[in-house]
This record gives sequence, structure tokens and C-alpha cells, in this order.
Amino acid sequence: MFLKQLSVFIENREGRLEEVLDVLKKENVNIVSMSLADTSDYGLLRLLVDKPEAGKKALRENGFSAMLTDVLGIRLAHRVGQLQELLEVICKSNINIEYMYALSTGSDDASIVIKTSDLEKAAEVLKETDVELVEAKELQA
Amino acid sequence: MIWNETKECMSRDEIMTLQSARLVKTVDRVYHNVPFYRKKMQALGLEVGDIRGIEDIEKLPFTTKADLRDNYPFGLFAVPQSEIVRVHASSGTTGKATVVGYTRRDLEIWSECVARAFTMAGVKRDDIIQVAYGYGLFTGGLGAHGGAEKLGATVVPMSTGNTKKLTTMMMDFGVTAIACTPSYLLHIAETLEENGDIDNIKLKCAICGAEPWTENMRLQIEDKLHINAHDIYGLSEIMGPGVACDCKYHKGLHVYEDHFLPEIVDSATGKGVAAGETGELVFTTLTKEGIPLIRYNTRDLTSIDYSPCECGRTLARISRFKGRSDDMLIIRGVNVFPSQIEAALLEMGEATPHYLMIVDRINNLDTLEVQVEVDEKFFSDQIKELEQLTKKIASVIQQAIGLAVKVKLVEPKTLERSMGKAVHVIDKRKLV
Repeated sequence: MFLKQLSVFIENREGRLEEVLDVLKKENVNIVSMSLADTSDYGLLRLLVDKPEAGKKALRENGFSAMLTDVLGIRLAHRVGQLQELLEVICKSNINIEYMYALSTGSDDASIVIKTSDLEKAAEVLKETDVELVEAKELQA
Repeated sequence: MIWNETKECMSRDEIMTLQSARLVKTVDRVYHNVPFYRKKMQALGLEVGDIRGIEDIEKLPFTTKADLRDNYPFGLFAVPQSEIVRVHASSGTTGKATVVGYTRRDLEIWSECVARAFTMAGVKRDDIIQVAYGYGLFTGGLGAHGGAEKLGATVVPMSTGNTKKLTTMMMDFGVTAIACTPSYLLHIAETLEENGDIDNIKLKCAICGAEPWTENMRLQIEDKLHINAHDIYGLSEIMGPGVACDCKYHKGLHVYEDHFLPEIVDSATGKGVAAGETGELVFTTLTKEGIPLIRYNTRDLTSIDYSPCECGRTLARISRFKGRSDDMLIIRGVNVFPSQIEAALLEMGEATPHYLMIVDRINNLDTLEVQVEVDEKFFSDQIKELEQLTKKIASVIQQAIGLAVKVKLVEPKTLERSMGKAVHVIDKRKLV
């Protein structure tokens, strides 16, 4: 049900992002989707990859702080208002969205990744709607 | 002008005779009133009668900052607490502060010493002086204040923190003298320059101390403000500001030798070095009642010159400081040890993260940044939590050292390690 997101801490300075990507490339880890949150001093790189465990291991071996976090992948239809309707359901259940970014699965839809205050509960309430959750195996090529 | 010509212009023989008599009394007092010293002397097989004058000083044991910490808070006091009228405290090497106590007579002598120093700098009773050292547990504010009042000048107790108010009052009151840290005075000078007010002040002289500075910085201050700037030295363990100060010839700082016996010792052997050679500055208090200290090692590196000065004073002069023999930093006048940061970070629980202190001087004010490596224990996938972590570390450190710090999170294993040993301090301050 949940997807394993690879989170990486990177300092906000030249070349650091490229080094993370280099480690993943050498480990043959494919990146499906990503988001980068930045502050003045550091950034948080959030990645959905085909082999999260292998990616985390390789990054740690190369001196990066990396961890796996559970997130929800949600498939949305390409139409006006779909995301709003979805969020309405979540908000009414008093669940807070910590962060969100777009997920590209290759198929013709508009999927998103969300991390919420209560992930289990979010998954529960979403089951009552017509949206579909993205499965981990879909991230593998 | 000389504040106390009798005491400041004695012959070397007279000084040594006075010091010897006062040393014998001090040793007698600490032996009978401070168990710490009695035990130390007994362990060395020393009796009170073995110390007949300053020629016997090397027989006595040293006192260190660690001894003050181990006897926290009042263990080294030589009088009943009812005789103590004030305490001050400075940072210790770890969590505990170093506490010192003063009797009424101690405060009078302190004021006398500061009055001598201010007189050396040209302050007279018709001057208006701003004391812009911090008031409180730090000895700077109240120490300078007492001396200025004793001298009879008009004291404006500014304390620190509000430069705009300070410069406004400096102009409105026609302030003629100021006592503050040299870096703060440069900051004040620049503020006045920026506002085009540099010619609207009546300042004549400044008495600066509580942090290391260079001769160039002193000349820069004199040049910018068209004043005479003097270097005052002191440390709370011995008294506070006013242990020594330089006269208008600026050839070293005159030590008030009738109250403090200076020695310069070799860092490695602890043996006295010849006059003119560099070593650690050690003081024995000669008149202190509250907390007399025997051979207290300041860890400040300097040399001493016993020759009479052109100003007429015969008091020995210590040279401008050449650094310290331990890892203590002085940031905005506050003593900071890397071990304090380490102890504070330990409070964060789990293992201590790697850290690096970067001390810099920006716009003439010292800044402290602490970089902390984010390892798995501290990492989070949310910015919100990393920001909370940053704030928490900053507040823990600030509580420990009493200085605001900027905390920066960095990647693991990025902080410098040399020869396998972590480097914990980078001091970028260029003492221009």
C-alpha cells in the first residue's frame, strides 16, 4: 500500500545533488520521481526509485544521510478539480499533509505522492473514494 | 597623572619588600582558612613558615581553573559567607561556572585598581564615562563602574546591546570617555561614521579589554575616533578588569604589583622564565580576602619587563598577549571552551554529533556559528523537524555559554578531521 521514499540530506552547495545522482547511477538505481525542498543552508531530496533499499545502502556507504520513509502514491484522472476533491476528503478527516509532489509513472495520468500526519488513516479514507493507490511494483521497470 | 603615586612609583626593593610581607600573610590566611590549600601544602610537606618572601614563591603549588570548578561554588573562599558582599561568575570549561566572591575591602581595592587604570588613560573627575561592558555576573560592567565612581567621574552605566542609544547619549551628554570591548568600540565608531556623527562627539579616551586585540586595532580605533585607546587586563579569578593597564607610552601593561604578584612560567616545566621571555602568566593575589588564589595560572602567554617606564611608574609591565596555552576562546568578551559546546550537545541525548565552531568577526562583532553533522539519528524527511532540531541545538548551546549562536546542519563526515582527530574550532577573526 505504501511506497518507500528515499530521503537524502544534502548541503546547499555546488555539486552535492550531482554526487547523489552519481551514486545512484553507479548502483543502477532508477529514479521515477523526485522533489527537492530547499532552505538557505541545506536541501532535502525526496526520491521514488525502483530499488529503495539498494539506493539507501549505497548513499550511506558514500557518506550521505539517507533514510526510507513511507508515503502514499495516488493515481488521479486528468481533469479539473480531481486534486481538490481528493484533498477535501483528507482534510475532513483532520489529516495534515506534510508535503506533496508529482509522480510520473509513465502512464497517461497525473499521479501524486503525499506524506501525511497519519498515513494509515489517509489510506483508509482514500479507499472510500474512487482514486487508486500506486503500488510499489509499478515503480520497477 | 598618577592616581596613587606612593604605590605606583615605588623602588623595586620597596615593591619586593611589600610583596613579600603580603605573600607571607596570604599564605598564612589560605593555610588556615582554605582546606584545599592546606591539603595541597601538606602534600608537598610545606609549612607556613617555609614561605618567608617572594623568593620562596616557586615552592608553592599552582592553582588552575579546574580547581575552582572542583570547589564550586564557594569552596575556595577564605572568609565566612557573611563577609562576602558580592559574587561574580565566568564560564568554566564545562557546564559549571567559575564563581568568585568579594569582601567589602576587596571591592574597595578593585575600585582603586580600576581608578588607577582609568587615570592612566587620562580620565579625570570632570569626565563623563560610558561603561559599555555587560553588567551582571560578568566582572566587566560592575568592575569598570566601581573604578569610575571611585575616581569621581560621571558614570553612564550603558551596559551592552543598544548601540543607537549609546551613540545618541554619547553626543547629547558630551561623553568624554568610554570603557568597552575593543571590537564593540570599532562597531560604535563605524555606526558614528555611517551616520556622519563622527565629528559630533567629545570622546577623548577609551579603556578597552576583555578580549584579545592587536596594536594595529588599537591604532585603528585611535585614528577613527581621534582618541587615546588603552588596553586594560583582568580576569574574574584574580579580580576582574584592572589587574593591569597600559599608560600613554603603550609599552606593555602595568601590573598593580602591590596587589597581584605576577610570574611568567614555562608551559611545559612550570619553571619561571627570565624577564623578557614568553611564558604563561601566573598570579598570586596579595590582598584578596574573599578568594585569595596562590599561583593561579591564567594560561595567557606573555612576557614581563621590570624596567621603570617613561611615565614614571615603576610597576612591571606585561607585553600584549601572544595567545593562550589552552583552547579557551574569548567571544564578545565571554570565555568559551569547546568542551562546553560538546557538553551541551551531549544533552541532546544519544551520541554527541560531530560539530565545528566557526568564530568570525563581521562588522567588528564576533560571531559564532556551530556546524553540526546530521547523521541518521538526527535526520528527518521533513524540513519542519530539521528546523526544530536546529533551534533546539541553538538554544541548548546558548544556555550553556550565554551567547547567541547560528547553528548550521551539514552532511555527515564533512567536518574537518586532521590526523584522525576532529577539529572543533576555526577562528577566522583576523586581528587587524
